[in-house]
Amino acid sequence: MTEDVILEVRRLTKTFGGIMAVCDVSLEVRRGEFVGIIGPNGSGKTTLINLITGFVKPTSGKVLYKGQDITGKPPYEIACLGIARTFQMARTLHKLPAFKNLIVPLCSPRVRKFRGGKYGERDDIAIDILDDLGFERDSFVPYKIAGTLPHGYLKRLDLARCIALRPELLILDELFSGMAMSEVAATLPMLEKFHREGLTIIMVEHRLRELFRVANRVMVMNFGQKIADGPPQKVMEMEEVQKAYLGTEVEE
Amino acid sequence: MAEGEKYRKERLDRGIKARSDTIYVLASSRDLLYLLMPRALPVALLILLPILLHGTYWEKVLFYSCIFGLLALSWDFMNSVGLVSLGQALFFGAGAYFAGALNHYLGWPIFLTIPAGTIGGALICTALLVPVVRLRGVYFSIVTLILPLLFAHLIETLEILGGTHGLLSLSAYPSGWIAIYLAVGALLLALFGFRKILDEDFGMILRGIRDDDRVVMAAGVNIYWYKAQSIFLAAAVGSFAGALMTHYYQFVGRSVLALDYTILPLAAVVLGGPGSFAGAALGSFILVPLSEALRAMGGLRMALYGLILIGALAALPEGIFHYLQRRYHQFERMVKV
Ligand SMILES: Nc1ncnc2c1ncn2[C@@H]1O[C@H](COP(=O)(O)OP(=O)(O)OP(=O)(O)O)[C@@H](O)[C@H]1O
Ligand SMILES: [Mg+2]
Repeated sequence: MTEDVILEVRRLTKTFGGIMAVCDVSLEVRRGEFVGIIGPNGSGKTTLINLITGFVKPTSGKVLYKGQDITGKPPYEIACLGIARTFQMARTLHKLPAFKNLIVPLCSPRVRKFRGGKYGERDDIAIDILDDLGFERDSFVPYKIAGTLPHGYLKRLDLARCIALRPELLILDELFSGMAMSEVAATLPMLEKFHREGLTIIMVEHRLRELFRVANRVMVMNFGQKIADGPPQKVMEMEEVQKAYLGTEVEE
Repeated sequence: MAEGEKYRKERLDRGIKARSDTIYVLASSRDLLYLLMPRALPVALLILLPILLHGTYWEKVLFYSCIFGLLALSWDFMNSVGLVSLGQALFFGAGAYFAGALNHYLGWPIFLTIPAGTIGGALICTALLVPVVRLRGVYFSIVTLILPLLFAHLIETLEILGGTHGLLSLSAYPSGWIAIYLAVGALLLALFGFRKILDEDFGMILRGIRDDDRVVMAAGVNIYWYKAQSIFLAAAVGSFAGALMTHYYQFVGRSVLALDYTILPLAAVVLGGPGSFAGAALGSFILVPLSEALRAMGGLRMALYGLILIGALAALPEGIFHYLQRRYHQFERMVKV
């Protein structure tokens, strides 16, 4: 069943004052796909994610998830339907120990439904998830106050919070920005593993080389509009795409 | 110190805290005592104080300290979810009038009016504040500040609930011991109860909301539902204090909605140190007796009171409790740089 559509974005538009942050964007993502979204700074990628996940209400247009209209629903309801997202500026619960960050998704109605998880037992599940993402359980790292961890760990903690929600659709907003090469190299196989296990992933990324390793389709945005959508190699050869990237550095 | 040599203070942990704030390694019964002492000693003292002070003027001061302590705890609990309240008087007044009205109009006995005042007052406050929990920061605070003043005004102009005269000759406690031990018991229950709640998974969500509510929403948790539950718990503690006080005075009037019940608890939390609940309680047990002791100063009382408060804050901006806690868990020594 890889053919059914998990997410459908229909003619989504968002204006902030006079700025067209997202302009008439449509997108279809099928279950099991790994879709990349690229575009120069300020082209509306983050806003598109915010629109899909309910953090920003659209000016016009619709978002359908598994055929259900989720436009205008609050973020926590959308998350509970199975859409998890990371934040571009890795947002975590800074004053809590790292592993306690995962208690929140583990207490959400969505995960409670999946498996009970009593007080204390949730701690163990949290540590398991973090261990998989490189927070070694026998080190001090998972128990440290999140705010004291290095940036790369915060990014992965953000990802861990998503995984704890047991999502069906994972949306990553520049997960790799600010991560060390070694961390990227360690995280990439994890994403591939989640993908193999059936997770649908949408990934906004400036690090094109890594993105093209995993994504089987890429959408390009510029000035709020979708200017290309297709297999990575083909898309990068298109004239509009090369023009959009002219003058903006393409990161390694 | 020799010329040219520099020294600096070094702080060392007395060190049985391991890994995180929540995990301890206990090696001996001495360690256990070290952990238990700061909890057991104040509890024992609080339980003994009513007996020691029985029959004196200071018994009443102890009662007031507990009342303001409950309001301070209620403030600190809301603050731990990121709700900055300026309206503890609303909680206090709701409980006080609810209990008073049930006693006055329906003749309910104390053992019913106090629980009913607690729950009823808390429900009213929650219903009033839930519509505004979406307001951020200072906007929420201003609503909490205005509501009790508004109700005091309504009671006066509409002449409801006794109007300016208040409700008089309400039932008294069968014995002074009941009042004082209800106050002390409630204070301990709220203190340890709130601390426990914030250590549990439920509390992680509350602390998370204060840290970054967008993260909590992204994790699939309805922050407004959790804020509403927190308001109910905080309001219940405040309303209980109000109901208790109503029967202590055998009277309830507009004064229970006055700014005093907002400002003094807030000052107590700031003095004691927010975020730990123990600081809130400690602050009340310093401020209330202090304000009583200064009564003899007459007109200078408020000025002196303010000066002492400012002085304490300047000396210990972190709050007295956090200072004491640090001194207990760490020791300092001078080391050569
Ligand atoms: N809350 C907001 N209020 C006003 N303008 C906004 C808001 N959010 C985004 N914008 C504007 O919308 C446009 C798109 O921004 P967005 O953050 O979506 O771009 P982006 O593609 O994610 O960029 P980057 O690669 O730098 O992350 C920008 O011009 C930005 O200034
Ligand atoms: Mg962005």
